[in-house]
Amino acid sequence: MVSGNDMGRQATAALPDAGAPLAIELRGISKAFGPVQANKDISIQVKRGSIHGIIGENGAGKSTLMSILYGFYKADAGEILIGGKLTAIPDSQSAIRAGIGMVFQHFKLVQNFTVLENVILGAEDGGLLRPSLAKARRVLADLSREYGLDVNPDALIEDLSVGHQQRVEILKALYRQADILILDEPTGVLTPAEADHLFRILKGLKDQGKTIILITHKLREIMEITDTVSVMRRGQMTATVKTAETSPEQLAELMVGRKVLLQVEKRAATPGKVVLEVENLSVRDENKVERLKGVSLTIRAGEILGIAGVAGNGQSELLEVLGGIARGTGTIRLNGVELDLTGKHSDGQSRRAQGIAHVPEDRQHLGMIMDFAAWENVAFGYHHAPEYQKNALFMDNDALRADTEKKMARFDVRPPNPLLAAKNFSGGNQQKIIVAREIERNPDLLLIGQPTRGVDIGAIEFIHKQIVALRDAGKAILLVSVELDEIMSLSDRIAVMFDGQIMGIRDPATTDERDLGLMMAGVAGKAA
Amino acid sequence: MDRLPKWADVALVPLISLLLAAFFSAMVLLAIGQSPVEAFNVMVDGALGSAYGWGYTLYYATSFMFTGLAVTVAFHAGLFNIGGEGQAQIGGLGVALVCLALPWPHWTLALLAASLGAAAFGAAWAAIPAYLQAKRGSHIVITTIMFNYIAAAVIVYLLVDVLRPAGQMDPATARFPEGAKLPSLSDIPGLRELFLRVDSSGMPILGADGLQTYQNVPANVTLLIALAACYVVWLLLWRTRLGYQIRAFGKSEAAAKYAGINPVRITMITMLISGGLAGLMSINNVMGEAERLLQNSSEGAGFIGIAVALMGRNHPLGVFLAAILFGFLYQGGAELGLWTSIPIELRIVVQGLVILFTGALDQMVRMLLRWAFSFRTARVA
Amino acid sequence: MDYATLLQILDSTLRLATPLLLACLAGLFSERAGIFDIGLEGKMLMAAMASGAVAALSGSVWLGLCAGIGASLVLAALHGIASITFRGNQLIAGVALNFVASGVTVLIAQRMFGQGGRTPPLTGDARFNPLTLPFAEELRGVPVLGPLYAEVISGHSILVYLALALVPLSWWVLYRTRFGLRLRAVGENPASVDTAGVSVVALRYAAVAITGVLCGLAGAYMATALQAGFGREMTAGRGYIALAALIFAKWRPWAALWATLLFGFFQALALRPDVVEAVLRFKVPVPALDALPYVLTVLVLAGFVGKAIPPRAGGQPYVKER
Repeated sequence: MVSGNDMGRQATAALPDAGAPLAIELRGISKAFGPVQANKDISIQVKRGSIHGIIGENGAGKSTLMSILYGFYKADAGEILIGGKLTAIPDSQSAIRAGIGMVFQHFKLVQNFTVLENVILGAEDGGLLRPSLAKARRVLADLSREYGLDVNPDALIEDLSVGHQQRVEILKALYRQADILILDEPTGVLTPAEADHLFRILKGLKDQGKTIILITHKLREIMEITDTVSVMRRGQMTATVKTAETSPEQLAELMVGRKVLLQVEKRAATPGKVVLEVENLSVRDENKVERLKGVSLTIRAGEILGIAGVAGNGQSELLEVLGGIARGTGTIRLNGVELDLTGKHSDGQSRRAQGIAHVPEDRQHLGMIMDFAAWENVAFGYHHAPEYQKNALFMDNDALRADTEKKMARFDVRPPNPLLAAKNFSGGNQQKIIVAREIERNPDLLLIGQPTRGVDIGAIEFIHKQIVALRDAGKAILLVSVELDEIMSLSDRIAVMFDGQIMGIRDPATTDERDLGLMMAGVAGKAA
Repeated sequence: MDRLPKWADVALVPLISLLLAAFFSAMVLLAIGQSPVEAFNVMVDGALGSAYGWGYTLYYATSFMFTGLAVTVAFHAGLFNIGGEGQAQIGGLGVALVCLALPWPHWTLALLAASLGAAAFGAAWAAIPAYLQAKRGSHIVITTIMFNYIAAAVIVYLLVDVLRPAGQMDPATARFPEGAKLPSLSDIPGLRELFLRVDSSGMPILGADGLQTYQNVPANVTLLIALAACYVVWLLLWRTRLGYQIRAFGKSEAAAKYAGINPVRITMITMLISGGLAGLMSINNVMGEAERLLQNSSEGAGFIGIAVALMGRNHPLGVFLAAILFGFLYQGGAELGLWTSIPIELRIVVQGLVILFTGALDQMVRMLLRWAFSFRTARVA
Repeated sequence: MDYATLLQILDSTLRLATPLLLACLAGLFSERAGIFDIGLEGKMLMAAMASGAVAALSGSVWLGLCAGIGASLVLAALHGIASITFRGNQLIAGVALNFVASGVTVLIAQRMFGQGGRTPPLTGDARFNPLTLPFAEELRGVPVLGPLYAEVISGHSILVYLALALVPLSWWVLYRTRFGLRLRAVGENPASVDTAGVSVVALRYAAVAITGVLCGLAGAYMATALQAGFGREMTAGRGYIALAALIFAKWRPWAALWATLLFGFFQALALRPDVVEAVLRFKVPVPALDALPYVLTVLVLAGFVGKAIPPRAGGQPYVKER
């Protein structure tokens, strides 16, 4: 099999059927941010009325390419042709006029506006709102009939589910008469069922002659819905192929540039005594909405419990209350000792003292101080640790720096410079610093959320190995991830969360993605 | 985006901001028909040209060090304390109450007690806005401004109705006892040589005893306390666990909670320290100079602390340098009011411009510098 | 307290509430667009000085008003440059401009008139004079309502009525026009506006400009209607009180009216220690009354009167994400 650029060229040249009209064509697009070449000489042709996938790892340059297409960035070189015509897209307005609609990964909706107001925003017909709103109401009714895009036009966005919010984004694009719809990682926040619904909508749109570009890092989706697929790696287009003529393994290899070990090597677990017991745990957010609803679970020593589920179904709150960030009601026992959930000892310091380490989901906002140097971040949360103190008043910064150097060496953090600010490390290296800090505390229980989000493949393997090694050392691990693959390959038991509850607990050996997917959508009842 | 070299970020950015502020101040002077050159000469001469000028420059700088440190400490916790003015005035009340309480036997004892009083009162005045911010999310910027107005009202009430001695006309406390009088810098051997009185030819003016004489200046031992405070604040922020927690909290409250840093506790402690530092400035002006409590005793020094902190990049060493600069500006500005027809309010304009350029338009200065540096690197390449 | 005294207090309530209302609406437009503006105070002060000076020189209050608005707009533009174009700290920019205004007003007034930083007293056409509303005198005889109409509602300068009219107008603009929709959107989620192909920068500048005009009206009212001429620091923290009223009003125009009337009422009380003493039956020190509006502001901010949720994107410069 041919790989890399040679194949890309061949494929690109070979792909379009003779005479088939092109909806969009990119020729030699390049874009650099300072020394970083985000896009390098990228060419794509997409046929009208087709679904074209763009796949690549985090940071491969997919989003930059789409931002160029949507007028957010100006390309350093290259041309864009829409419907065969050379088109300049200096801003989003031009992109919209050229018939391009974009559904971003993070929705661009005004939370306290109605659906209707969000739809007309920027596409009003005149200075007064009333006529625009009336027209939009009619158009939305037509669109929802045509494509099955049901949304209550008068609902506030903040009251809608994530899936419905995404429909509003699609409606926004269609309302602006987009012919080309770009979706950036659209299923990241959806349940498998919602994703299926989305794919049905996309197929309907395709049948009506719309062109769809789907950006994702999930191979499954590419195989399921696209007609053609382009693979990006490190800013370059490594291949464009017909989906029917490729396989997930081939695409994965093209994405990463080498064979990928999709499975983590680990021995069978040998669970010991119960370390964590959670009973009837509930958490309310600051608006008094119940986010965690009477969750009960146990984790034994030497065992990884994976929590699967679509983001926002209570996993974050579970981690936060266990980690002492949020307060809750119910009972948590660690090694048989009941933890304080509301009082003076319900904070992160007490939890650490009791033997709980926490690698938070959002490392940039919770896990580190981005402006602090690496050595300062190594003390983060452990600033009271005796080995980092000189005396009652002063910290021992020298000892701290020395310790950081050791940790950096053991975890292969690059560059191994304790004085560098956290923000100047790559995502993978930031995560390694945090994992080093937490694991080397030798905790009884490790909470770890989204361990490999935004982390490059090499670091993913490393971090997975560390987690398994900690398990093998007889520690209890609670793993939260929205990546089902990660949950399946690391966990010894899998709990699925939906709407703040645990829908069921499964053995990874006897379950499959369909089973888990149903529970993630809240369909399956409670069964162990 | 290219980053600036560190030295440029630390030294060049504030310097250029300062030059921009100076340039626009000159424009303002031209606009009101005055000569910036002449004004500058008067200021230099008045603030630096004599032992008298020196004495005042250092006196003002002492106050600004305290208020600048107050703003700095709060800034590191992500809190913008605009209440230094009120905290300093209430701190002055603390000084007055302490000094008037006893016939102090020696100034060292009085200074110690008055320092505690000043810091305690200043901290107390900062405590309420701090508590409201920490517990109820009330915006500390607006509450501290309100507390400045309330402090002024409290002081007026106390000076008019409570603390004014019978028979005295002006709203002020009684004069402090002799034992509470702080030594001026010109009284301290080793330092007083800075304030040697000389005649126009530069020869020392001798006293009746044939010895050298020294200009009596308002700068007093409080300056030494201010210098110590700069060092202590530096230690606090970068060497202690508390400082670590303050800085972490200031960078990210969410992350601080993750690390088990209590936001309420840090907000309270930081503001108490900040208010205490602002209050401490009153040993300089109330005890060291006026020797009684007057209305508006802090004379805007609390606000200048904002400019000093921004100019000094929220670092105690920077605050020290910026405080000297503003001491010069303040004394020079006063001389302008005396010797020219330029109103003394020019000082406030300059202060505003410095805050604008160092605090709000610093990105503009960085962009300019980055642009300039891109030429240099291009040439080198 | 008799009815006549009550009417007097209500009358001065309305007079004193007007600059607060104008400044509060000014802040509303800016903050709804996501720009915190602590510099209302400075803009008002600048406008007061400019309007007082130009009215004194030209003898025309209308020219003075224009000058006031122009001066306020200059500061608004500076605030916009710092906080929108250069993405600086909006709070610090506001504080800085307040200081600049505090000093520059005195410098200019001193240079122009040499009267210790004041402008000369304004008389006749150089001032906004009270308007008598139709039938004010005729209806005075009607019990209760007649004197209320004649004493409280009638007899204010045109700016008072303009300020009142601006309340429904602001509501209409915000909730019924395209501009209002976009303005509210840019304060909640600027990315939504940006991806819709509408300029975030232009919208925010427009909002800041409206703030400038309204602060201009507020300042001009201070110098040419409430008082006869500019004096140093004459705004006395009204810009900050207006901000507190804005929070109290939860960033809504009608609520802004009620909030500023309440603050105006407290300011009116502070002017009448005799009445306060008569009602409370003990002597309240004058400084306590002076401090009353500020204390009330703190109580409002402390949230003892309901929780306020500011516009979500408020205070943060907009940076396009990759």
